Amino acid sequence: MLKGNFIDNLPKVYGIYTGGFLAFIIIMAIAEQMGMSAKAIGICFVAFTVAIYAIIGYLSRTAQADAYYVAGRQVPTVFNGMATAADWMSGASFVAMAGGIYFKGYGYMALLVGWTGGYVLVASLLAPYLRKFGCYTVPDFIGTRYGGNLSRLMAVIVLTVASFTYVTAQINATGTIASVALDIPFQYAVYVGLISILLCSMLGGMRGVTWTQVAQYIVLIIAYLLPVFWISNKMGAGFFPHFMLADEVARIGELEQQFGFVANSKENLAMVPKGLAGITKAHSAVNATPWAFISLALAMMMGTASLPHVMMRYFTTPSVKAARKSVGWSLFFIFLLYSSAPMLATLSKLSLIDPSLPTGIIGKSIAEVQSIDWYQNWNQANLMFVSDFNGNGTLELNEFFMGGKAVVLATPEIAGLPYVISGLVAAGGMAAAMSTADGLILAIANALSHDLYYKIIDPKAETAKRLVVARVLLVVIGFAGATIAAMEIQGILGSVIWAFDFAMSGLFFPLVLGVWWKRANREGAIAGMALGLISGAGYLIWVRNGGSGFLGITQLTFGIFGSAVSLVSMVVVSLITSEPNAATQKMVDEVRVPSGKSILGKQH
Amino acid sequence: MSKQAQHWEKTRGLLMVTLAIWFVFSIGIFLFGAEMNEVTGPFGYPLTYWFTCQGSLGIFVILIFWFANRQEKIDEEFGFSERGDD
Repeated sequence: MLKGNFIDNLPKVYGIYTGGFLAFIIIMAIAEQMGMSAKAIGICFVAFTVAIYAIIGYLSRTAQADAYYVAGRQVPTVFNGMATAADWMSGASFVAMAGGIYFKGYGYMALLVGWTGGYVLVASLLAPYLRKFGCYTVPDFIGTRYGGNLSRLMAVIVLTVASFTYVTAQINATGTIASVALDIPFQYAVYVGLISILLCSMLGGMRGVTWTQVAQYIVLIIAYLLPVFWISNKMGAGFFPHFMLADEVARIGELEQQFGFVANSKENLAMVPKGLAGITKAHSAVNATPWAFISLALAMMMGTASLPHVMMRYFTTPSVKAARKSVGWSLFFIFLLYSSAPMLATLSKLSLIDPSLPTGIIGKSIAEVQSIDWYQNWNQANLMFVSDFNGNGTLELNEFFMGGKAVVLATPEIAGLPYVISGLVAAGGMAAAMSTADGLILAIANALSHDLYYKIIDPKAETAKRLVVARVLLVVIGFAGATIAAMEIQGILGSVIWAFDFAMSGLFFPLVLGVWWKRANREGAIAGMALGLISGAGYLIWVRNGGSGFLGITQLTFGIFGSAVSLVSMVVVSLITSEPNAATQKMVDEVRVPSGKSILGKQH
Repeated sequence: MSKQAQHWEKTRGLLMVTLAIWFVFSIGIFLFGAEMNEVTGPFGYPLTYWFTCQGSLGIFVILIFWFANRQEKIDEEFGFSERGDD
């Protein structure tokens, strides 16, 4: 069926895969009509997709360093775009983003702008130059550009702090979905999720992760878009929601005026289960100050450009030119999901609060709402709650509470879609969380195995030994992440945002100035990384312990402070110490020219 | 000035233009978020709301592709473009 090499056949391979997945959805839909239980459908969806990823992971096994670390540098632009999009869009993007928009409106949408705008920085400031450099990992660039083991080690530390914060959130998300879909306790589900994640990356490293991420993107984008379009059509809101929901957005504004935002008393709120929230903010009005919005967007943009698991995806393209284009494709595939999230939030909110719709619950009697099937299901899952605070027997806007995840997970059911869609959404959420976790665990393990073990501890190690070390580290880091995830310390979204702040505090300026400022030297870079990370983390700890903060920088935007310290210290220390030697300056000149050999050899 | 220095100068110029456009749509317009939201934007959405949902995001996608093409032209002009693979 397939002639020629694998790369040439990619469109065909993934075309067949997509067709197969759609056929699987239809078979499940038929099975549901024939009486298959909801639980069985959920298990089939998660088990089937994870099995496919595991097979791809097995087929991509490799014993070569080049294939293990950078997928042999032959991933075509469009496919690398899809893989990056899956790498990028985490369980938080998939499960929690629409919910965040639903509850917080404009103030939260800074994240949408930030998580997309960052790619402009990636494309213009960094990705093509790091690709030209020919490094395996981000610390590889820092270590070679600035020279010395200390700078390399500092980069490994920043990378590990940022990525590890992120990965616990992702393993947490896989655990949450696995526990719901497979109906097992969260503590075990976390490890089921972990094993699925490791199946994709253990044998093939970056190569395995690349081809599974493409497969995961296809699942997650179908799982996100299909319900949005279906719900929109079913509600009669428009067959193409993105262009046709203006009336619905305006209608929500009217209803907000009509109901008003009534503040609940502390005693009443104490009755609401933890993690659930009511609608307290305007849907489409500007409800945050310019600085609150801009500072959050800016932190996310600079964080995007500093997160190693994203940057290393552009090491896998065949050329510098392809790396640039690939960033554009990545953002295009991300855009497909991100531009749909606000539409889902709009449809979800309107279907719940508009009394003129059959699904609307505001204004109905409390007893009636409590007798609805889906309300009972989601109330049991601890994601929905109503209470008659004012005792008038009718549900008011301020008496209805929902969990952030429910917007994505429950809306299909509320809108009356068949259960097969809910199974699909579970598979999509699993794909999103797994793909990001894979990218992150691999980024950490590669940095530790390549930069710490091979470059610093044992530079004479043979390839086979290096790859064994890389795989052992992969498993160790995965289990460490899962163990912390099982403790459920922080929420998913909070720790994701922290990861961006940590990354930008320590890495943004050392990376950017490494290319764009020839005068930047080793001492400056070490000071920038160390002081940036320490001051960022210090600010976070201070604010978490009741510190007042300054300039409106919160615990979500502490990276702005950290990166400012990093910039100043890097420039000052660079200028008071001697300029980099001639060889380093020549290297920077070569990085700036796209053609010619990469700085680091094919096998290094 | 050497060929390499000229190439870098043009590359830097393109970077400045790209970052300026990026700045306008990621930061600049949101300084006037409240005022802009009074205006009706594309497809009938309030303007600021539209930018946060679709506008800025879509502009970033186009901006990156535009940037990549311009940079390729600059590389070709100085004979620094890579042969073959894409």
